[in-house]
Amino acid sequence: MSLSKVKFGVVVFPGSNCDHDAYHAAKHVFHQDAEFLWHKDTDLKSSDVIILPGGFSYGDYLRTGAIARFSPIMNEVINFANNGGVVIGICNGFQVLCESGLLPGVLMRNESLLFSCKHVSLRVEHNESRFTSKHNAGDVISIPIAHGDGNYFAEPEIIRSLEDHQQVLFRYSDANGKITAEANPNGSINNIAGIMNKNKNVMGMMPHPERACESELGSSDGTKIFESIINSFVLQTV
Amino acid sequence: MYLSTITISLRPSILDVQGKAVELGIHTLGMNTVSNVRIGKSIHMNVEASSEEEAKKITEEACKKLLANTVMEDFSFTVKKV
Repeated sequence: MSLSKVKFGVVVFPGSNCDHDAYHAAKHVFHQDAEFLWHKDTDLKSSDVIILPGGFSYGDYLRTGAIARFSPIMNEVINFANNGGVVIGICNGFQVLCESGLLPGVLMRNESLLFSCKHVSLRVEHNESRFTSKHNAGDVISIPIAHGDGNYFAEPEIIRSLEDHQQVLFRYSDANGKITAEANPNGSINNIAGIMNKNKNVMGMMPHPERACESELGSSDGTKIFESIINSFVLQTV
Repeated sequence: MYLSTITISLRPSILDVQGKAVELGIHTLGMNTVSNVRIGKSIHMNVEASSEEEAKKITEEACKKLLANTVMEDFSFTVKKV
């Protein structure tokens, strides 16, 4: 990376539809470098952060994210992540991360069977991560969701491990930060909306922070997530 | 050439919300003797292999690596010479 800017590489799968939102947020809202990475590419183009964006990669055929996981670019993304590179997956990107094994668990069909498209409240669980450092633990943020398969599931021992290692970063909550069944839009275990891996360099979340970075869009509550990530690189170079 | 017929279903411990919705629909038809509706996928594919054993091996590998996500799904298959 250059000393002044973080470079975001936004992967474009056939069927991605939030790639431009992510690019716009990185490049125009936060004034960082950004570049699209075609799914057939095998070069991450010196990106500092990889974003797997939302959408319906490969038409969601077979299972969400299942075929995208075998795109040529994903070999590079997996190597990058396994060497400590920062990777975030949003919505469909989260599903791809689970399918690729970079994050545990799976996103199943929403319990309601309905596609859910609305702003939800999320409680930020803690700020001891490069994805949430600009937050305070317990912050409640309003971020949009738009998914039909966001019902996070993993075996009980995996869930226990996620909780024990503070890997749950965001939970669906009410506006006061209370975790309730009513606030859970998809049936996710423990109201889980976003998690990171044990090494704290890979993060996946169903809600869309890239769509909540400007007040014109109804919420700018997603900004601190991007600022946290950018800040983690700035701190490294000081 | 072999024909593999694969069935993928949600693991029994997982609530099948689609199955529940379909069950409700069946009951609406007045067919109240129907229960435990589970929805899965059926995949058919041709496999070039020199033996049934090899065809089974290839099919199983495809299931484990792509066709089923064993976090939430079980799979079974049959292989037939065609």
